[in-house]
Amino acid sequence: MLSIKNLTVNVNDKPILKGINLEIKPGEIHAIMGPNGSGKSTLSHILSGKAGYTVTGGSVTYQGKDLLEMAPEIRAREGVFLAFQYPVEIPGVSNIYLLKAALNSIRKHHSQPEVDAMDFLTLVKDKVRLLEMDEKFLYRAVNEGFSGGEKKRNEILQMAILEPKLCILDETDSGLDIDALKIVSEGVNSLRSTDRSFVMVTHYQRLLDYIKPDFVHVLAHGQIVKSGGAELALELEEKGYSWVEDSKAAI
Amino acid sequence: MTTAIASRYTAEYPTIAPSLPGQNLVWLTALRQEALSKFSALGFPSLREEEWRYTNVSAIEKKLFAPSVIGQVQETVTKELLSKYQLADAWSVVLINGHFCAELSVLDELPESVTVMSIADALEKQAEIVEHYINQAVNNDEHSFVAFNTAWFTDGLFVHVPAKLILEKPVQVLHLSTQNDALATTRTVIVAEDMADIKVIETFVGMDAAYLSATVTEVFVGANADVTLYKMQCESDKAYHFGGIYVKQAKDARFTHHNFAFGGLLARSDIHTDLDTASECELNGLYLGVNRQHIDNHTRINHLKPHGISRELYKGVLDDRARGVFQGRVIVAEDAQKTDSQMNNRNLLLSNDAEADTKPQLEIYADDVKCAHGVTVGQLDEKSIFYLQSRCIDEETARNMLTFAFANEMVDKIKIKSLHDQALEQVLIRFPQEGVNKEWL
Repeated sequence: MLSIKNLTVNVNDKPILKGINLEIKPGEIHAIMGPNGSGKSTLSHILSGKAGYTVTGGSVTYQGKDLLEMAPEIRAREGVFLAFQYPVEIPGVSNIYLLKAALNSIRKHHSQPEVDAMDFLTLVKDKVRLLEMDEKFLYRAVNEGFSGGEKKRNEILQMAILEPKLCILDETDSGLDIDALKIVSEGVNSLRSTDRSFVMVTHYQRLLDYIKPDFVHVLAHGQIVKSGGAELALELEEKGYSWVEDSKAAI
Repeated sequence: MTTAIASRYTAEYPTIAPSLPGQNLVWLTALRQEALSKFSALGFPSLREEEWRYTNVSAIEKKLFAPSVIGQVQETVTKELLSKYQLADAWSVVLINGHFCAELSVLDELPESVTVMSIADALEKQAEIVEHYINQAVNNDEHSFVAFNTAWFTDGLFVHVPAKLILEKPVQVLHLSTQNDALATTRTVIVAEDMADIKVIETFVGMDAAYLSATVTEVFVGANADVTLYKMQCESDKAYHFGGIYVKQAKDARFTHHNFAFGGLLARSDIHTDLDTASECELNGLYLGVNRQHIDNHTRINHLKPHGISRELYKGVLDDRARGVFQGRVIVAEDAQKTDSQMNNRNLLLSNDAEADTKPQLEIYADDVKCAHGVTVGQLDEKSIFYLQSRCIDEETARNMLTFAFANEMVDKIKIKSLHDQALEQVLIRFPQEGVNKEWL
């Protein structure tokens, strides 16, 4: 699905990622954990194609193609989805309009006809129920005036409707109360499948209580300093990030 | 020695005066004379006046627009404009080149206690009540456009809603201009007694010609009454437009204004409101400028008493060589403690030659108030563009979509469906539609 090889990235000539290696197979869930400033968000931004980063070395291959060569919207149409840490408010565009525009862009990309209006509505309403949202949300402007939890839920709603292949969740648990976290997690879990992979970027282990990862990687100072199974997250929670940061110093 | 004549219009007045409504009313003749002498002394506002420093109206003086004669109506133009702009779900009063047209107006089944009629009719049938209100929300000293309007108005609208009455349908006053070089000077007076509720739409449209609309609207919102006023300015792109709206809000009164400035070569709107204790006002504005349009909006919110609330949001999108002006003043009197006021003006410039001049002013004389203001002039937000890209939408489409969205935020505030659709249409014809799929809206 995704193969990151020796990726190095600069921001304003300052190295942020210093040689990342990561292999993600279809159906796997990988958690990327790390302290603030470790480069977690940079990694999710690089994968989704945000401007402002310079790749100085290495490669990212997604489904056999060079991901870094693709414009952000092409990545999205090819099935890469970034759930934002801070979803943007867009007054004047309704949720349902954005969903329709996004879905039809994907269909056009794959030479498929526009989605039928009735089928679309049925699909959207199903997913709205799954995330325990009010249908009224669909007709409100994108994220405008939404609470932190509502914004995150809305990101997962978009994900559920666009059915991406590679889902990148950037700090999805930040700003969520426990009830919203449960709903968001259930939404994500319902999307798990053998051909869909997840990358969860998170500072806290809490999210991993609800979405169980197959692999946990610890990022520090721009490198993956430790990888392991789900149990690594618990160990981290107990010992704190200084434990892995120290281990890096030992390398 | 010759006396300088401030305006060529003054010389035309004696020929026009005998045809103006309310000839038999001594008070009105006196009022018009007072206005005429004020106007004669000053002429139209000049750039030297602080509140007119960005807007040059000297072309109006050069052109010498003349009032049209009743009955000179181009029927084909009228029919076309009416079918496009007359709202089906509203009572409507049609004014053509400044004259009331009974045949085209729709006033059936209006509740008996409610008055909606041309102001010329009102001056015949209800002169006393008109006298009580006219020139009370504004006076001839405000500036010379007001004085000009008072002296010259040929007709207009008079609305009176009695206490506690909630008018189910909105009232639309449709100003049509169908002649080149014509002057349409109209006066509207809207009175909502205590606890009444009314929505009025002022629509300005015209044929493809140079003409001048000069209109003054006075609104009286009684205690705990609620008035929503919409202005749809869709004048021809060769036309000149001046529209002044002056509001007096009693205790606990609510006034909401939605100001859509789409048309006109040169268009200026003044919206002034005076707030009494605990009254609230909301002023929304959207101005879209293309080509060489000059669109000026001037607002003044005057908090006179405590506990007033005001919210103001004006947005402008300016392309080509268009120029947008926003001057917003909020005044909080010494007495007006606990005032809560927010004013915002946001401008989107789509071309290097477009210009936005924005001047928010707070004048606060009380010491326990909450007042904020903000202004932006700029381009589209890069974060929003990336967000849309990450949702499969290409950059150009994203930019068009966000430009549309910027304007559409104001359109979405319109609660009357047919009017909402009209405003949406106006936005869509002015900006690139690639990126906005109308069927999905």
